[in-house]
Amino acid sequence: MSVKFSVLNDFAVRALNANKMRSFLTMLGIIIGVGAVVLMMAIGQGEQNQISANLAKLGTNLLLVSPGAAGQYGVRTTTTNTLTLGDATAAATLANVAEVAPTERASGLVTYADQTDTTTVTGTTPAIADISSLTIAQGRFFDADDQQNIAPMAVLGQTPYQTLYPGGGNPVGTQIRIGSVSFTVIGLLNTIGAGVGGSNQDDIIYIPITTAMIRIQGDTKQTINTMEVQVASKDDMSSVQNALDALLRQRHGLKTSQKDDFQITNMAQIQATASSIIGILTIFLASVAGISLVVGGIGIMNIMLVSVTERTREIGVRMALGASRRDILLQFLLEAIILSMLGALAGIVLGVGSAELTSLLAKMEMPISVWSIVISVLFSAGVGVIFGYLPARKAASLNPSEALGYE
Amino acid sequence: MAVSELARASVAPAASAAYPLIRCRAIVKIYPLSGVEVHALRGIDLDIGKQEMIAIMGPSGSGKSTLMNIIGCMDKQTSGDYFLDGVDVSTQFESELADTRNRKLGFVFQRYNLLARATALYNVELPLFYAGMSGAKTGEVALAALDRVGLKDFAEHWPNQMSGGQQQRVAIARAIVKQPLVVMADEPTGALDTASSKDVMQIFQKMHREQGVTVVVITHEPFVADFCQRKVVMRDGKIISDDRTPDWHDM
Repeated sequence: MSVKFSVLNDFAVRALNANKMRSFLTMLGIIIGVGAVVLMMAIGQGEQNQISANLAKLGTNLLLVSPGAAGQYGVRTTTTNTLTLGDATAAATLANVAEVAPTERASGLVTYADQTDTTTVTGTTPAIADISSLTIAQGRFFDADDQQNIAPMAVLGQTPYQTLYPGGGNPVGTQIRIGSVSFTVIGLLNTIGAGVGGSNQDDIIYIPITTAMIRIQGDTKQTINTMEVQVASKDDMSSVQNALDALLRQRHGLKTSQKDDFQITNMAQIQATASSIIGILTIFLASVAGISLVVGGIGIMNIMLVSVTERTREIGVRMALGASRRDILLQFLLEAIILSMLGALAGIVLGVGSAELTSLLAKMEMPISVWSIVISVLFSAGVGVIFGYLPARKAASLNPSEALGYE
Repeated sequence: MAVSELARASVAPAASAAYPLIRCRAIVKIYPLSGVEVHALRGIDLDIGKQEMIAIMGPSGSGKSTLMNIIGCMDKQTSGDYFLDGVDVSTQFESELADTRNRKLGFVFQRYNLLARATALYNVELPLFYAGMSGAKTGEVALAALDRVGLKDFAEHWPNQMSGGQQQRVAIARAIVKQPLVVMADEPTGALDTASSKDVMQIFQKMHREQGVTVVVITHEPFVADFCQRKVVMRDGKIISDDRTPDWHDM
């Protein structure tokens, strides 16, 4: 003798329709909550993707070696540089190492004709072209012979090129001055793009590291700024890192008790850390948004309780007509669930819409996480059931004759 | 005649019943009101047989509404026995009571109590929905009930498009749509003018005559009570008189 579900559904829908404005306002909490969850998770996912893409540009199979011991928080505490060119040459012989590029960086005044530019001049080996995925627009990169010959040759990045050669044209073959030394431009790089944190990776001039050390710095000790080590495959990262660490310790004559006087940064680990930080942040933000879902649920419960009081006589009449307590309970519970599910639907539309809008404004892809939609729907259904139960039970437990006599 | 003799008289086989349809014995109802106990019913003995048309009268506070709530399975007595159609109502679970209210009883209220935002047809279908029916069947049965109260053409009207008398007639159609054993009417003419009151009471008589339904009407108006063949008067929670009109006929 049970009321058919479709009929109960009809009861619930009619009741909600009776006061559309009130129903909408009650749903608002859920709508905003779900919209926020969807948006937050889309932004978070977008950020994570962005970081992955940026770091992929750097090369995730990269180990970065820098001189100086790591302090307590990873900050360099000593200033003695013990990293040498010889270390780089030795590192290149390790197993599973694809390329090694030592770099010696100096910032300085560069002149061409009557144009000047302050840029970063990096002395390095041809391996950098592979490691940093550099492509040539004009001319060529310097090679091992140039390295050997301590050739005064330079490869320009797009930014110094545009500053020094405002009229454009092929810079190959022209002479520039780096500091007081004259260099021949042998190549022009293609645009690299922005780096992690928005740094301008095009603001660079590459010269052979031997030239940098001898002609510019007069550095006999041949210490280097950094060593970029490209590992053959991601799986070898840990083993190569350990081997490199051992090699350098041995070369630097460090005793077992002494700490490393260099730092090896595992770029893959950095990416993983950054990714997980963003992940945690995203979950945190989504949880805060989830709290508003709970608040929305409380709103539903509040309005339902008022509704039950207002419809006390109607409930009494339904009971007189033969509605069982279960019929009454289910009807009111359904009303709450319909409110929360409709709210969830509207919230998803809102969330997807705002994610699209945000991605347009931020010029960043914001992929909609299917997970966020599933979680929101389930959560909203739960909210409807939990917060609708109390009012529904109150309605169902009314004494029929008292309810009928209620004014 | 003393009340007890009246009671015995109504137990004697009447037109049909071997036992009375409604049998109340020593019904007492006490309920708390602001810390004070209100004795609404102080021991009611009442038998109502099949196909009776009975008026329960009395001033306000006499307990007539309380009695109707108990007979209508809308409330439970504090003590005493109530048998409906041979079944001891106090032994029934709430779900069985709901079933009883749906199948065996029909209610008509002073203020009609129709759903305001639904058609007359939908209102009459409600008891059918609660019986588990759905689909086209409910529409047919409800329309037939509306036809019996002469409102077939108002099936798609909303209550606010109808007069008080018409609304009450829709309520009556709702009350009889499941062909109950008893129709209980609490001051059915209370909100109506004399003409509409007459219409409504004549419909009750029609139901009583054609469907063999027992009609219990609560009223304080003698004019309404005159439509009934038996009049029970209550005062202060007790029955003080119970008279049958000997040569009663439809008016």
